Amino acid sequence: MELLTNVLAATVVAGTPLLLVALGELICERSGVLNLGQEGMMLMGAVAGFVATLTSGSLLVGVVAAILAGIAMSLLFAFMAVTLAANQYAAGLALTIFGTGLSAFVGAGFVGESIDGFTRVAIPLLSDIPVIGRVLFDQDALVYLSLVAFAGVWFFLRHTRGGLLLRAVGEDPDAANANGLKVLTVRYLAVAFGGGMAGLAGAYLSLAYTPLWTENMTAGRGWIALALVVFATWRPERVVLGAYLFGAASILHLVLQGLGWKSSTELLAMLPYVVTILMLILLSWNPARTRLNTPLSLGQPYRPGR
Amino acid sequence: MLLLERRPVDSALMRWTSPVLALVLTVITGFFLFLAMGKDPVEGLRFFFITPISDLIGLAELGLKMAPLLLCAAGLTVCYRAKLWNIGAEGHFLMGALGASVVAVQLVDASGFWVLPLVLVAGVIAGMLWSAIAAGLKTHLNCNEILTTIMLNYIALNLLLFTVHGPLKDPYGFGFPQSVMFAESALLPDLIPGTRLHLGLAFGVLAAVAVWVLFARSFIGFQLNVVGQDQRAAAFAGFGARRLTWFAFLVGGATAGLAGASEVTGPIGQLVPQVSPGYGYTAIIVVFLGRMHALGIIAASALLALTFIGGEMLQIAMNMPKATTGLFQGLLLFYLLTCDAFIHYRLRLKQPVRQSTPVAASAATQEA
Repeated sequence: MELLTNVLAATVVAGTPLLLVALGELICERSGVLNLGQEGMMLMGAVAGFVATLTSGSLLVGVVAAILAGIAMSLLFAFMAVTLAANQYAAGLALTIFGTGLSAFVGAGFVGESIDGFTRVAIPLLSDIPVIGRVLFDQDALVYLSLVAFAGVWFFLRHTRGGLLLRAVGEDPDAANANGLKVLTVRYLAVAFGGGMAGLAGAYLSLAYTPLWTENMTAGRGWIALALVVFATWRPERVVLGAYLFGAASILHLVLQGLGWKSSTELLAMLPYVVTILMLILLSWNPARTRLNTPLSLGQPYRPGR
Repeated sequence: MLLLERRPVDSALMRWTSPVLALVLTVITGFFLFLAMGKDPVEGLRFFFITPISDLIGLAELGLKMAPLLLCAAGLTVCYRAKLWNIGAEGHFLMGALGASVVAVQLVDASGFWVLPLVLVAGVIAGMLWSAIAAGLKTHLNCNEILTTIMLNYIALNLLLFTVHGPLKDPYGFGFPQSVMFAESALLPDLIPGTRLHLGLAFGVLAAVAVWVLFARSFIGFQLNVVGQDQRAAAFAGFGARRLTWFAFLVGGATAGLAGASEVTGPIGQLVPQVSPGYGYTAIIVVFLGRMHALGIIAASALLALTFIGGEMLQIAMNMPKATTGLFQGLLLFYLLTCDAFIHYRLRLKQPVRQSTPVAASAATQEA
């Protein structure tokens, strides 16, 4: 029981960065924009958060800096992919390559520094519930924030006018435009939200998960999140499940080693990537399901007044 | 107000000016970057772009870095022309290096002319096997090739790390994660004696020429182009999309695999964890910058090779972080895509004249 509780708690921690970035990308894709630059935005968030925390001594400043860095990066992408109507694949790839380079450049002087990262804060009463209390209510502040973000995104899409407008833009930008919606503005906002969430996810890595900065510390999580959104068929509730599933896959090697199972670290480190491919295969067993749920204009640039 | 307006015909001039413009913008940004860091910008740019290639040794080093970039880019060009977004050159490269090393380590005591070809072929096959996974996932299971190739890159990297820490580790290597040094017979011959430049560059140039022949002279090249430009048209013409996908991926795997094999049998001479400083990813920039054209990718690979040695030079001479390389590469691609928008669009200063019916016109005014 003790072991199970600890494994579940670690799963939530490992799944949180994926959850954050995937929720942002979900909103972005629902507006019809596919941003492959998640990895670059996360890395910029991670380095900005770490450097800001180190210099200011405040975790809050770090988190804000990370979100702003993510948004700034996403606006660069939006300028190319939304305003200039460039190929979204190429623009997203460019953002990842640029973000990887820029973050390594900015962070070069900070490798090896350490900070006091986020620590666990137990929520009174709720954390006393057996198992669930430790797993969900005895975590750090950013885990709580990710759960709030999930609830917010779910409510926004399901129950607000804004969510409806967002979905309208993603399904049929021409019709949305004809109804007087500013398609490009909506897409800019969606991309910026995605950027902020990716920045926050990066901050989770450099401020809570492993409170330090190393080059390429996201290790493909931005890409896994992209697969996750497809796997979740663009539904927030499935994103949560998927994120924790991937979280479990990425700590499985620790669990196995803890149980005394001898195997190479490198081989076990492949697991999250293998699981991602397996998930993609699982999806394609029923391509109709994916096709039905894909935002219709996903990946297509929109130019008003054609 | 400035307006983006679709050109009636894509600008051929802009298509080739765009990379030059992107380079100029990158250099200007670099200038201000050096200023902001309190370094002499003219000095910095000279160390980055000119000093590394001011003598024969430097030029040979440039060729050394060009070889893997050009090989990977040649394969990716075949994929991207058909709009197959294969990001997996890095993984194919690593597997090529791994495959070649496995064979080379077995043949450490062998001598003879057949050793090197065998080692290289092993690398090519390993690269092709790795790309075949992505191809199969794409054609038979409909998996998005961007995501699968990225994941396969990470898996390949871990597989390589596992191998140098485990089965292929040199037992007398003082615990370093690296293989034994390969036999002399398994090493690529030098192109210019006295430098490190090896036969790999010739492979790269040959691959670029082959790409040119493929797209300028062959039917399969034509089919790939059609698939890339209009999938429906290709389907109506009866071009098998699956067959072409397999072809493009296998070519991509073969060239990148050869690049990996040439790297371990060329300058390195053994398998080490840091076999690639990201050649497979940089090759993506090479393809875009080189306009998916044989001559273009040769020029672009030289420029991107320069960013690698320029970055090292800055690190030594001006104490700049090594990541300057990645930053310049990112900036370059970024500016390139921005400039590329002006292939299809042009800027106008006033409202474009619209041909529209009165109803649509009144709707438009209401909208505004």
